[in-house]
Amino acid sequence: MSMDNKKTRHERSQLMPLFLTFFKIGAFTFGGGYAMLPLIQREAAAKHKWINDDEIMEIAAIAESTPGPIAVNTATFVGYRICGTAGALIATLGVVLPSFIVIIAVSSVLQIFSEARVVKYAFYGIRAGVLALIVRALYGMFRQCPGHAVSYILMGIAFAAAVFTDTSVLLVLALCALVGLLTSLRRERNRK
Amino acid sequence: MIYLELFLTFLKIGAFTFGGGYAMLPLIQDEVEAHGWLTSTELVDFIAVSESTPGPFAVNISTFVGMRTAGLFGAFCSTFGVVLPSFVIILIVARCYEKFRESRAVKGCMSGLKPAVVGLIAAAAVTTGQTVFFPLGISAGVFTSPAFLCSAVIFAAMMLLAVKKLHPILIIVISAVLGIAAGYAFQL
Repeated sequence: MSMDNKKTRHERSQLMPLFLTFFKIGAFTFGGGYAMLPLIQREAAAKHKWINDDEIMEIAAIAESTPGPIAVNTATFVGYRICGTAGALIATLGVVLPSFIVIIAVSSVLQIFSEARVVKYAFYGIRAGVLALIVRALYGMFRQCPGHAVSYILMGIAFAAAVFTDTSVLLVLALCALVGLLTSLRRERNRK
Repeated sequence: MIYLELFLTFLKIGAFTFGGGYAMLPLIQDEVEAHGWLTSTELVDFIAVSESTPGPFAVNISTFVGMRTAGLFGAFCSTFGVVLPSFVIILIVARCYEKFRESRAVKGCMSGLKPAVVGLIAAAAVTTGQTVFFPLGISAGVFTSPAFLCSAVIFAAMMLLAVKKLHPILIIVISAVLGIAAGYAFQL
């Protein structure tokens, strides 16, 4: 009983940092869900130690295979991990609020805003910066992956399917999950 | 009632789009055009705007459409609608996942999903790379153009800082400053 209380109290004390962290992540995520992975990695894994690098990949895989924006899915999942349903709610609110506020604020002057030269130039730089962040995150995730042949083949197939074909992401993921399942079952049987 | 209509439409968009970002675009386009909320030109313009505001594209567009159609409460209804399905589904999945993550079946599936995600992110890096370095397509002159050279320099500098583990937010701020400086200096 007292342990339960302690746990809830500990969880509750995490709600504010959780909100602030995901608000920050939401405010600095430009260019789609993957761009937020480096931020999650830095804030949720390295700084707060809420999750580890391996779990980030699991969460990314789950966020991809469920409907909705990846950024929202990831926030909900991490929030749930740390503080249960309340955490999921707080983290989701945090990640959505910056976009909501910014769009409301600029909605009447949207055209002027996006055509302003200084904004254009800033994003000219930001896009290159975001690309660097994605490449860096990619390298980290590549090293986290199981290092056997099947794993590299699946990587190649997913990459090729996404770049060169119109195959649905969901189909690719389902196929890769199936191959992963079958190969790991087979490996287990061989060990026996 | 417009609020309910906004809520339900974006609920549908949130529930039936996978992969996030521009993978959601076809359904969003169908819906907002069918309701007469945005024309396809306005939608294309908004994509450009959404690139220059933070946050997920789906959230940005639902807030924008809601605000334009029915004001602040409209924006709230559509954004709430687009987020709700993800929230509920992830809550259920997270709860099950905690229970089954040590099971052999889940571990097996994950061993295939992890490399797939790496492949998908690599694909995202390539498409982002295209818009960074070759926004107007690849041609003979592009490699010596000031725009390409500036992008390459900014990218290389940020890569160095990323490897040195500088905070991602600082990298975004510095790259914005460099972009503004390069933009005015070379009249990009």
